[in-house]
Amino acid sequence: MRSLREALSGIRRAPALTVLSVMAIGLSVFSIGLFALTAHNIDVALSDVEGRVEVVAYLRDDASEELIEIARHEIESYPEVESARYVSKVEALYEASRELTEFSDVYSDLEVNPLPASLEIALRPDFRTPVDVETVADRVTSYHFVEEARYGREWVDRIYSLRRVAGGAAVILGLSFAFGAALLIGIAVRMSVLARAREIAVMQTVGATDGYIRRPFLIEGLMTGLGGGLLALALTFVTYQAVERTLVSLAWLPDLWTAAGLAFAGILGMLAAGRAVRRELRRLDVY
Amino acid sequence: MVQFRSVTKSFGGSSPAVLDVSFHLRKGEFAFLTGASGAGKTTILKLVHMLHRPSSGEVRVSRYSSSRIKRRDLPDLRRRVGYIFQDFRLLENLTAEENIAFALQVTGTAKAKIAPRVRKLLNQVGLAARAQAFPRELSGGEQQRVAVARALANEPLVLLADEPTGNLDERASSGVFELFRRINASGTSVLMATHDAELLRRHRNVRVIELEEGRLVFDSAGDPVA
Repeated sequence: MRSLREALSGIRRAPALTVLSVMAIGLSVFSIGLFALTAHNIDVALSDVEGRVEVVAYLRDDASEELIEIARHEIESYPEVESARYVSKVEALYEASRELTEFSDVYSDLEVNPLPASLEIALRPDFRTPVDVETVADRVTSYHFVEEARYGREWVDRIYSLRRVAGGAAVILGLSFAFGAALLIGIAVRMSVLARAREIAVMQTVGATDGYIRRPFLIEGLMTGLGGGLLALALTFVTYQAVERTLVSLAWLPDLWTAAGLAFAGILGMLAAGRAVRRELRRLDVY
Repeated sequence: MVQFRSVTKSFGGSSPAVLDVSFHLRKGEFAFLTGASGAGKTTILKLVHMLHRPSSGEVRVSRYSSSRIKRRDLPDLRRRVGYIFQDFRLLENLTAEENIAFALQVTGTAKAKIAPRVRKLLNQVGLAARAQAFPRELSGGEQQRVAVARALANEPLVLLADEPTGNLDERASSGVFELFRRINASGTSVLMATHDAELLRRHRNVRVIELEEGRLVFDSAGDPVA
């Protein structure tokens, strides 16, 4: 209770600096929030696209249906595979003429069906990464009656790179802003320490522990950090709504992410304050 | 209780503030630490309070040694060593009783024990009637009494006083000194830094440790190292 009261009085003593610190942390976490929003929406898009990631194994015309059925069963038993569907030459032609209506005349005039039979292999959700897709494609190709296996490797790679860039940018930018915010909190706490130097000296003289002296400053840092976190959350939400209304439909961040963002801001504030006050206390005392 | 063994303290200037000082203040003993301004009196007191670390030699206070003490032990040491400043160092926004209670609060004394202890201390220093007064409403002598009560709050074994009568007139000065004698009579050791020649002359029976340019030049007890 005493610590909370003193932390609040510390904030009241230098309101401008506190507001500046809150804004600095807010901007730091906001930049992380924006990239997190981007990364999350890429995730959402990825999981949608990933649902459609499949390996198509084109079969030789001379492959016997019996062997294909055995292979289909084997492929379905792979840990990465959700299902394997056999598409005969006739079905392939039918689907092609249905999907590519502009060529329906061409297809109907054909004397020989040029389309191969295939196995359409869908992957389990946890195995839709580029590596897994390639592994399955390689294994399938080892069947002698498989002509070739195809999958959208390039764009799977590209989406994953985009996701990595968004995540990396969030971390790098967020940390650089966080460093600036930590410096500002350090200044705010040092000012609070200086404003209370006489009181702290008396506390040290009569034998108060460092922990007792430090606690109000840690709470002050925590409150500043949480204030910044809330500001960042508000800014991210406003941005999310603006984009959603004017540009594209977006998914809002999962609760766990927003809670982690707030916790990060609070801990950042507390660590910055802790570091500053420890340095000041050691400066006042020699041991 | 307090032992100095060949203690030198240098702050990096041309000559050390304290040079090769040895003495022993026993339990329940009263001693004046005297010398001209800059002789090293305050440095000696700060060494006892372990606000300074000796450049060489060793300071022992109760069971603590300057060469081995850890930062986490300092609060306990400082509760055993009361410190009184010439300028009182009271917190201006707190009343006399709050200033004394502050020393108990910050050292974790149970809430229920604080009020009776503060009353007892105010009685001990003769300020029961001025409990609600703020420092600015108190005379110099009264402020120093509050500072003494605060220093006694955690029942220290040793009381260090740095020119405690330096800012007081003769009457207030005598009153504060008599207070120290009473505290000492109850078993607390007292080491009082002063350059008040009149005070020394009036109390010839008290042990005198004299410093000159950081060196111990006279000790009336005559046993520099125990």
